[in-house]
Amino acid sequence: MLPTTHYPVERITLANGLRVVLTPDPSAPVVGVAVVYDVGIRSEPEGRTGFAHLFEHLMFQGSANLEKLAHFRHVQGSGGTFNGSTHFDYTDYYETLPGNALERALFLEADRMRGPRLTEETLRNQVDVVKEEIRVNVLNRPYGGFPWLKLPPVMFDTYPNAHDGYGSFDDLEAATVADAAEFFDKYYAVGNAVVALAGDFDLETAKALAERHFGDVPARPAPALPDFAEPDLTAERRHSYTDRLAPLPAVASAWRVPDPLTDLPGYLPYVVLAEVLTDGDASRLVERLVLRDRAVTSVGGYIGFMGEPFAVRNPTALLLQAHLPPGGDVEKVLRTVDEEADRLATDGLAPGELARTQARMVTHLLRDTDAVLGRAMQMAVLEVQRGEPGLLNELPRLVGEVTGEQIRAAAASLTVGRRATVEVVAGGAS
Amino acid sequence: MTHVLPGLGPNRELHVPSTVERTLANGLTVLAIRRASVPLVELRLRVPFARAELASSSVLTQTLFSGTADKSTVDIAAALQSVGGALSSGTDPDRLLVSGNALVTGLDKLLDILADVLTGATYPGDEVQTERSRLADRIRVARSQPAHLARVALLRRVSGEHPYAVQTPTPDEVLAVDREALADLHAQRVQPAGGTLVLVGDIDPDAAIAAAERALKGWTGDADRVDLPAVPPLATGPLTLVNRADAVQSSLRMCLPAVARTHPDHAPLQLANLIFGGYFSSRWVENIREDKGYTYGPHSMIEHSVAGSALTVSAEVATEVTAPAMLETLYELGRLANLPPKTEELEQARQYALGTLQLGMSTQAGLAGLASTYAGFGLRLDYLAEHAGRLASATLADVAAAAARYMAPAAGVAVVLGDAAKIESGLASLGPVVRASVD
Repeated sequence: MLPTTHYPVERITLANGLRVVLTPDPSAPVVGVAVVYDVGIRSEPEGRTGFAHLFEHLMFQGSANLEKLAHFRHVQGSGGTFNGSTHFDYTDYYETLPGNALERALFLEADRMRGPRLTEETLRNQVDVVKEEIRVNVLNRPYGGFPWLKLPPVMFDTYPNAHDGYGSFDDLEAATVADAAEFFDKYYAVGNAVVALAGDFDLETAKALAERHFGDVPARPAPALPDFAEPDLTAERRHSYTDRLAPLPAVASAWRVPDPLTDLPGYLPYVVLAEVLTDGDASRLVERLVLRDRAVTSVGGYIGFMGEPFAVRNPTALLLQAHLPPGGDVEKVLRTVDEEADRLATDGLAPGELARTQARMVTHLLRDTDAVLGRAMQMAVLEVQRGEPGLLNELPRLVGEVTGEQIRAAAASLTVGRRATVEVVAGGAS
Repeated sequence: MTHVLPGLGPNRELHVPSTVERTLANGLTVLAIRRASVPLVELRLRVPFARAELASSSVLTQTLFSGTADKSTVDIAAALQSVGGALSSGTDPDRLLVSGNALVTGLDKLLDILADVLTGATYPGDEVQTERSRLADRIRVARSQPAHLARVALLRRVSGEHPYAVQTPTPDEVLAVDREALADLHAQRVQPAGGTLVLVGDIDPDAAIAAAERALKGWTGDADRVDLPAVPPLATGPLTLVNRADAVQSSLRMCLPAVARTHPDHAPLQLANLIFGGYFSSRWVENIREDKGYTYGPHSMIEHSVAGSALTVSAEVATEVTAPAMLETLYELGRLANLPPKTEELEQARQYALGTLQLGMSTQAGLAGLASTYAGFGLRLDYLAEHAGRLASATLADVAAAAARYMAPAAGVAVVLGDAAKIESGLASLGPVVRASVD
């Protein structure tokens, strides 16, 4: 019997429409605060690639009662840590703090929820910072943006799904303060936000504090959520590019998966399949491609271009990626993946194979909830996307209920004709 | 309603969880800590590994789980997975570390498999060949990454002839390691005496120690105690410039002197480092990122190794602002070394240092990492309570004195990796520059 968690879950909605999730836990004197807005890379305007992420930076640049730098200083000067991150379908802002700083964190988040201080000076400064971020993570290193920025334009046709979410330098430099004000007005509405609190607090006190600080944020409804759907592929897609810094070839393939929100039972087998194929030395593709054939140096598999299966909307994909030894044969690797998927679909799983994979997945799920911040962030996203933060407690059981037949059916869908592949040619091989 | 920053609630005293400790007959010390937050157990095994041959050590970490007399790589991985577990290993110039976790119901199995490989790893020839090739490939990838190359250059510049100077083998060295070398290294150095096993999780600490004793009692043998010489004092000199043609950013690195965790100057120096660049709300980060936009993630930190400690300063900056960024770095170091910080700067840094101690102990994995790291320096978690006391009592004068003693730019060593054709003349305007290579 696989274990699960029993975190308490309290959901309230303030009069202005703000949803608040509370999960008290006195086991350590710390609190995690997460604020999630239901807007991400897919919603940024055409001609403004990278804007959702740039705007996330601007949310740290001051607000009505906070000068530039004040947010950072107040969080860290309370003994806490902070950050924010931009995803395809949401943007989060978060802190972990000693428990005695909970109210201060709520004040800081509420102040910027009422509106960031947007100036030409901070915009230009943060455009420069974001360009350096892109240089560190993409332009000045091998395999930058592989595959999360490189595969979506191969797999998808529409701007929301296919464009570069980090942004082009031209688009970033063209961004204006007016663009930022408009983006805030449209997407950073109270009705489009969730606040989640986890950790060492008294439930009723925390509810009162949430009301005190967020209660007067002006009510604004959430914008209509666009439908980003695209039809599944009907013919294989391939693209290759040369990475001038990469010393080894690499390849990544993706196949569409069922809608994570409207078809969770149909989607979960793919989440488990990715692990059956790639989790550890006893997984199908590691055993075959790494240990037996020595065709790849490493192989990994996961769901969603950022690898977060329970924080992504449709359309999304199961991804497999591999780095090859010098001179490695990409075609052979792809053929072997097809063979292994076919073998799994035809012959099914070995005795114990599914159960051990599920056991390891449960360890990962539980471990990700051990930190109060991990719990707050995941519950906030589950609330914003599903209205169901308590699903966090159910995930171990749901993963454990996936059957061998479902895995076979999922494996059978990994066909060549539904596959999008991007190949890295090693331009830096010496 | 007016919006006024709320004050902080009363400070909660640092709570250090209790540790049960026992040294087994084979010389292995076991530390067990109960944190029942999730039904898992975290495991960290630390074995002293100073002066172990670099390439063999590196391959050993990749093949320790590649087979025993009756189990293959896949058998071992599957057995671990069946209890929700996994184990992996790594080395640095001080120790071999085996890390893992599992569902807490799998603790016995996790320990049994650990014992199997510690007493019976066979380093099968085929697997050694596979894993050394994979490791060589990973090293090739690392050598194309600027952060790795800058670290290689800095270690070489700072450590001179000390064993810390080279911490990554070459692909060719790795490819030459064979099964005999691994078996010999294992026999000589993968021994229990002086090692520490940490278990943290939803466990009964006494029962967990008993389980470890039962599983590991057959792991016996002697290892010679190998000590490292103290790291030599920093030899100051010209800035070292390493060319990386066409780089769109330069990697700025500085190394400054620092002291061990037990030294009386450690807490004041930690606070001085925070004020300089050790967290986001620091002078240097506010200057070169939030004012000037030169960089994304600059940071400075104190790194402790068994044979010495160092303060390292790191930033990736746009190529065209390399010299201006170095100028601001030298300015902020020089300012802190010469003028005392403001009281509010110290209080902010102090709160951060104290608060993050609590955060670090609030998860099973965090506790396991801290307990294992400190054990490697002969310390226990109660050191954190003492350290918190020293952080709380450090005065402005203490912090100013530490900054003056350790953080003066003239006491530091600088290395820059970047497109030399574009950055050399600017850097040379700030002081002497010498070229070096990392090949």
